[in-house]
Amino acid sequence: MSAVSEAHVAEHSHDHSHSHEESFVSKYVFSQDHKMISKQFLITAVFMGIIAMALSIFFRLQLAWPGESFGILNYFLGDRWAPDGILDRNMYLSLVTIHGTIMVFFVLTGGLSGTFSNLLIPLQIGARDMASGFLNMLSYWFFLVSSVIMVSSLFIETGAAGGGWTVYPPLSALPQAMPGSGLGMTLWLISMSLFIVSSLLGGLNYIVTILNLRTKGMKMTRLPLTIWAFFITAVLGVLSFPVLFAAALLLIMDRSMGTSFYLSDIYVAGEALDPVGGSPILYQHLFWFLGHPEVYIVLLPALGISSEVIATNSRKPIFGYRAMIGSILAIGFLSFIVWGHHMFVTGMNPFLGSVFVFTTLLIAIPSAVKAFNYITTLWKGNLKFTPGMLFSIGLVSTFVTGGLTGIILADSALDINVHDTYFVVAHFHVVMGLSAIFGMFAGIYHWFPKMFGRMMNMKLGYVHFWLTIVGGYGVFVPMHFVGMAGAPRRYYQYTDYPMFEGLLNLNVLITIFAIGAALAQAIFLWNFFWSIFKGQKSVQNPWKSNTLEWTILNAAVGYL
Amino acid sequence: MDKLILVLIIVLLVISVAQIAKMYQITGDLSKKREEDVSPTANKINANLLLLFMIGLFVAMIWQMIAFKDVLLPVAASEHGVLTDRLFNINWLILIPAFFIVNFLLFFFAWKYRYDKNRKALYLAHNNTLEMVWTIIPSIVLVFIIIYGLLTWNNIMDDPADDALYVELYSKQFDWTARYAGNDDVMGEANFSLISTQNPLGLITEETVKAKIDELNDEIAKLEKKLEEEIMPESKVKDTKDRIGMRTRQRARVINYLDSGINFSGALDDQVIRGEFHIPVGREVNFQIRSRDVIHSAYMPHFRAQMNAVPGMITQFKFVPTITTDSMRTVLGDEEFNYVLLCNKVCGSAHYNMQMDIIVDSPTDYQKWIDEQGTFAASIGIEIENSVADEEEVDDSEVEKDSKVAQTIK
Ligand code: HEM
Ligand SMILES: [Cu+2]
Ligand SMILES: [Cu+2]
Repeated sequence: MSAVSEAHVAEHSHDHSHSHEESFVSKYVFSQDHKMISKQFLITAVFMGIIAMALSIFFRLQLAWPGESFGILNYFLGDRWAPDGILDRNMYLSLVTIHGTIMVFFVLTGGLSGTFSNLLIPLQIGARDMASGFLNMLSYWFFLVSSVIMVSSLFIETGAAGGGWTVYPPLSALPQAMPGSGLGMTLWLISMSLFIVSSLLGGLNYIVTILNLRTKGMKMTRLPLTIWAFFITAVLGVLSFPVLFAAALLLIMDRSMGTSFYLSDIYVAGEALDPVGGSPILYQHLFWFLGHPEVYIVLLPALGISSEVIATNSRKPIFGYRAMIGSILAIGFLSFIVWGHHMFVTGMNPFLGSVFVFTTLLIAIPSAVKAFNYITTLWKGNLKFTPGMLFSIGLVSTFVTGGLTGIILADSALDINVHDTYFVVAHFHVVMGLSAIFGMFAGIYHWFPKMFGRMMNMKLGYVHFWLTIVGGYGVFVPMHFVGMAGAPRRYYQYTDYPMFEGLLNLNVLITIFAIGAALAQAIFLWNFFWSIFKGQKSVQNPWKSNTLEWTILNAAVGYL
Repeated sequence: MDKLILVLIIVLLVISVAQIAKMYQITGDLSKKREEDVSPTANKINANLLLLFMIGLFVAMIWQMIAFKDVLLPVAASEHGVLTDRLFNINWLILIPAFFIVNFLLFFFAWKYRYDKNRKALYLAHNNTLEMVWTIIPSIVLVFIIIYGLLTWNNIMDDPADDALYVELYSKQFDWTARYAGNDDVMGEANFSLISTQNPLGLITEETVKAKIDELNDEIAKLEKKLEEEIMPESKVKDTKDRIGMRTRQRARVINYLDSGINFSGALDDQVIRGEFHIPVGREVNFQIRSRDVIHSAYMPHFRAQMNAVPGMITQFKFVPTITTDSMRTVLGDEEFNYVLLCNKVCGSAHYNMQMDIIVDSPTDYQKWIDEQGTFAASIGIEIENSVADEEEVDDSEVEKDSKVAQTIK
């Protein structure tokens, strides 16, 4: 322990001696300071979020008013992808794919962990900075470069990847099969590979920092739940992202080196291809071995954030601290042995399917414990409704709602009929698009003062919350019914089927709510950027919280 | 014009949102209030809004369950589908109350325990009994859900019955083809290397194998000639060579069939069906599902059935249809109604319109229909000895016995 603290001191003095002569570039651009890196992640993620949200509005317009002309589509997508303002069907698939990829990986993985793990880990465990500032900086730059590549793939001649965010081969492996599987897919794979590197560099750093750099007396069993959540998230990432990397690598080889890991017996574009003996299902196993832990990589930080925000604003300690840690550990462990629930109808052995049903439904138990613990924390508290608190309450509500539909999906016999329908889309949007995003908003409102030394406007925060939760539930609850009507996901339009005629009104309703919720984000953006520069100066501990980060003088953190 | 108005509306909306935001901000600044002070009024308004939101959410939920009932799928048209629906309903009976109760507790507590400066929060760090209770109760409920679910799952995924009707569903971008085993009750074998315009399913018969070899010989010869005679850029040369290699390897695969001892006649009397396909009510149908290019998924929502079509493997799904198309039309009061097979795995640009109608017939209608369908042999211009098979067909019980034998051989 003493070696660590010595290193600690050395690092500190080193940092100090340079603090006066820091150039703009080393302070704001190639910064190795965890607080600056955290802001870089946040602002990048906010921009990525805006882009992904805009994409979703583009394709929602097509779903609500199929084949109708929209000037805005032509304006943004041009004559190539929206001739006469009508969305091209290949572009539809690309939009869906890039929307999903950006939201899951760039906003909710990179953005959420990158921002809050970086900001809070050192501050809440009483460390001077991350274990390696340099790796931390690299992590951000890999993230930024991969973000830029992902977004730029939208602008190429053949269009961005279009096989959905899961990019299943053979579709994604065969440029002949769809335009998006050409250069767009190559860029997707390059971008994701860089993203994985970023995420691993970040994750290793978080783990090492939490294990080694805790201040005296900060035992693991005294860590705030935020840190526990970030810790398990990082462990999940470090264990599962390499598997996605392997999957992507094999896909790259199948695409350009003539291997046949995922390909077999394929006749496409008028000719029989060489590969025999590969298995497309292998990819799915590898992908979901990451993919399921990934959904918890997205959700756990949000849960950690809300634990802290709810406890602080209830003026109570979080109820059942140890049970909460236990649940996080259980969820983390179980999330590695449930991936098959995404594959019930791939022809897998029914007995294997049964095993995955069992393990998946087990996850509902720690999830339920967490929900009840949140509710009990509210019980007999003295609640202050800050915007962060409201978003945290919204998180609990949507987590419960989405968890319950998860139980339906985990029941393989039921999944047969709802797999790949809008019911699944509704389920995961409630848990990710609402719950995890709410966690992110809660974190932003709550720690904004620590990040920027200023306060966000409270009233605007309220308006933002109320419009968002009403809009969000308004979008995703009706979507369950679309799914139960048997409507498959990733369809460009439903007008070719008499059985889906009745859904058109529902789709209009959903799109209107979606546009409303999207516009409401303008309030947030205004509030966020305005407050960075002009917001009221914050006091040291505005929420009267008792975690360590609030004991640091604002001036000592060095703000913008 | 429309477009312009829409763009204008959106721009105006964004501007007005930003303006309102700005206004709020300025009023806040004027009042000199500190942002972190949640005023008792603001706190109370939000608490009330939470309660109101909960009521709104609950009402909206119940309203939707009633209002959207008509858009949901009609009664299950298969034997196991009835079980699936029952399981679905029982799960909902557990989950919907759970949704209401947990959300009620959440929002109600939030409202009830809103800040009051005269009250102190209760210090309550944990309570083992409580925590045991809400670990054990969900566990018990889940055990029930798991057991009931797995019983249904095993039932659905059970081995196909001996007298099941085998139907192949063959998928490609972007349509479906159905295939029936024909009089011999043997589904002929197939391979992707044999696919051609006449033989879209790549069925293996002596004729198709030979035709394919000829075709490949021609193609290879043509390519080699091109390589010799034409002056091409380097890349084109490499391309052509690659192509020759590919066709040569394909030819090797195909030639292997010649003396592989494979049953060449199995596919001859198979019936290849496009447009719509028929199945008889009350008899188990076992679908053999294949794909030639990318993953598709055979989704038949009215029968609560779905299975992926994966290139390189054959998957299967079986069910017993219970309601004929005619009866379903009467039930729904819709003369146009048809069961439909959809693609439910994204497979490219026209994924959204990769469908095939399914007709569920009475057994006699079905027999009539299937008898009218031409054989694969006929489609490639070969005569087959049909007289024996035809005679057999007269005696229904004979056929059934025979088909059982064929199944066991399989
Ligand atoms: C009680 C907890 C949960 C259970 C039992 C559960 C179960 C499932 C199941 C069985 C599926 C596969 C459905 C299908 O494809 O047919 C699924 C899909 C999904 N779930 Fe969950 N889930 C739970 C919570 C969550 C959470 C917390 C998240 C994210 C924060 C999440 C995100 C997703 C995503 C993204 C998909 C769909 C992926 C895709 O196909 O594109 N789930 N869930
Ligand atoms: Cu999963
Ligand atoms: Cu498809």
